[in-house]
Amino acid sequence: MIHWIVAPVMLPAILAPFIVLAARYHLGIQRVFSVVGVVAMIVIAAGLAWQASDGTITIYRLGDWAAPFGIVLIADRLSTMMVLLTSVLALPVLLYAIGSGWDAKGRHFHALYQFQLMGIMGAFLTGDLFNLFVFFEVLLIASYGLMIHAGGNLRLRAGVQYVLFNLIGSTLFLFALGAIYAETGTLNMADLAQRVQLFGPEGNAGLRVAAVLLLMVFAIKAALVPLHFWLPSSYAEAPAPVAALFAIMTKVGAYSIIRVYTMSFPPDLEVTSGLHDMWLLPAALASLAIGMIGVLAAKRLDRLVAFGVIGSMGMVMISIALFTPEGIAAALYYMVHSTLAAGAMFLIVDLVRAGRPSLVLTAMPPVAGAALTAAMFFLGAIAMVGLPPLSGFLGKLQILDAAFTSPLVVWTWAAILISSLIAIVGFARAGSILFWKAQSIDPDPNTEPHAAPSALSYVAVGTLLALLVAHSVLAGPMTRYMAATSAQLFAPGPYIDTVLGTPGKMSPPTTDEEQ
Amino acid sequence: MELLVASAIGVLTAGGVYLLTRMRTFPVILGISLLTYAVNVFLFASGRLTVGAPPILTDGVEVYADPLPQALVLTAIVISFGMTAVVVMIALGAYLGSDDDHVDDPDPAPDSGPDSAPDSASDDMLGEDRT
Repeated sequence: MIHWIVAPVMLPAILAPFIVLAARYHLGIQRVFSVVGVVAMIVIAAGLAWQASDGTITIYRLGDWAAPFGIVLIADRLSTMMVLLTSVLALPVLLYAIGSGWDAKGRHFHALYQFQLMGIMGAFLTGDLFNLFVFFEVLLIASYGLMIHAGGNLRLRAGVQYVLFNLIGSTLFLFALGAIYAETGTLNMADLAQRVQLFGPEGNAGLRVAAVLLLMVFAIKAALVPLHFWLPSSYAEAPAPVAALFAIMTKVGAYSIIRVYTMSFPPDLEVTSGLHDMWLLPAALASLAIGMIGVLAAKRLDRLVAFGVIGSMGMVMISIALFTPEGIAAALYYMVHSTLAAGAMFLIVDLVRAGRPSLVLTAMPPVAGAALTAAMFFLGAIAMVGLPPLSGFLGKLQILDAAFTSPLVVWTWAAILISSLIAIVGFARAGSILFWKAQSIDPDPNTEPHAAPSALSYVAVGTLLALLVAHSVLAGPMTRYMAATSAQLFAPGPYIDTVLGTPGKMSPPTTDEEQ
Repeated sequence: MELLVASAIGVLTAGGVYLLTRMRTFPVILGISLLTYAVNVFLFASGRLTVGAPPILTDGVEVYADPLPQALVLTAIVISFGMTAVVVMIALGAYLGSDDDHVDDPDPAPDSGPDSAPDSASDDMLGEDRT
């Protein structure tokens, strides 16, 4: 058995307490350990992704107990790709936090950051629904700390909203898990996939309720309209590096929907029929529309980017809701793009914030380092609204192409194309107010000019933008890989066989557990 | 017994949902607590209700209680306990800082007032002073 699969969870789990206990008064040592940890994580994640890239599914049994009795971690194409994406996003964001000094504005930034990574990695790797809940809580409790990092009244108030909303989500998650366990007697995703097939058309009301509750929980995480209300103020008030890392958190919800609703509750299942096309797709279309209208209506730059995140999640969810191999492949391509773009945009917002008294979209004297910041904003905005030549445009094309099979194809095309136009206007307005109109305003001679952001900050943002460019240039191989990933998701047989067929303690089951 | 447990879960959930719709932090936190109690009992009941049955293998026993929901409930209790403590602390900080315990967004009108914190930039400095 290879122990590397558990390394993305164990490494931060060991590093974070070490940072708290041994290095709590030495910011320099914390920074070194944090960066080294994230770099090591990228190496491990790349190794896992390489191993899974030929379609092998690797299983790790915690405590060597065989599934479904024990908890298993699974590394297939999808989960290793998400792990790699998280660690690749984490490094530039961490460098930015160090370069801009955000990590010095409160205690324990680095420890919380590592715990956050631990929760995200665990959520991507686990093969058990209750374990998914536990890792959700790990990432949430770390995110509560990060969200109110550096304090301040507005941030604490936004933090209260964020925590309460997520507590309600967690409670719903538990209700869903209880209902699933009561109906099927298992919480292992692969085992569940087999057992729900045994349900006939009669007497499946409990399971239907459980499936809908579970979808609601993941939709809260993914900020799907009408469950998106927590996102704008939390992301806008969170410290910039934290908001940039949170770009992956909405994708945890999207990942969970893909995983559970392709394997455990597949689209052709009678029990959950109608859930995707009747509810998920319209909600996704509404998310896209409301997000992009929010971009146009926002009065402050940070809110504008937060609504951009809602819109791009809507785009991802439209493609997921099609539940065809092409749709999921397009969603995965767009998801990588949207994570990197949202991360970069939140960091750029902070570059602007550093040179202005506020983020309100009114003309003010130019910010320090305006030329470079403006260029980065221009690139980031192109990526965010999905204009050519960057990957947002390519992803959107794939989604439009995949939508042909849907009965709502006209609505989908209309929503995507019109919302893109609205987003272009919104971002263009923000950019011209921030960077062009500023040139016509003379700086007040009495105020001291703000210092330009440090070189490391620019390097961090530049790295994220370079990754976006790479994602666009390598669109061919990336699309082929996403198609292979999606094909693996729609043929869950090998996954289920690997989980339930690998011998361990307590296997083969001596007693028949079927209810 | 089924009726008793089911109605208890229902009453707790209804009370929790009602309190969640209040706009102040204290009732909302109480509502969350009620909901977590409800979900704990619900999880416990998801393994079927048995009276006086052992959860582990014992000689000469025919009826067993399902041990897994008990383990799940323990995990859920610990997590919800910790989360409630966190939210109480954050809510207390927000209340003491802004002298207002509403959970919704602050009224946009005071933004134009002279003595309110107009934006997060000045707010950041506040935070720095305090930490």
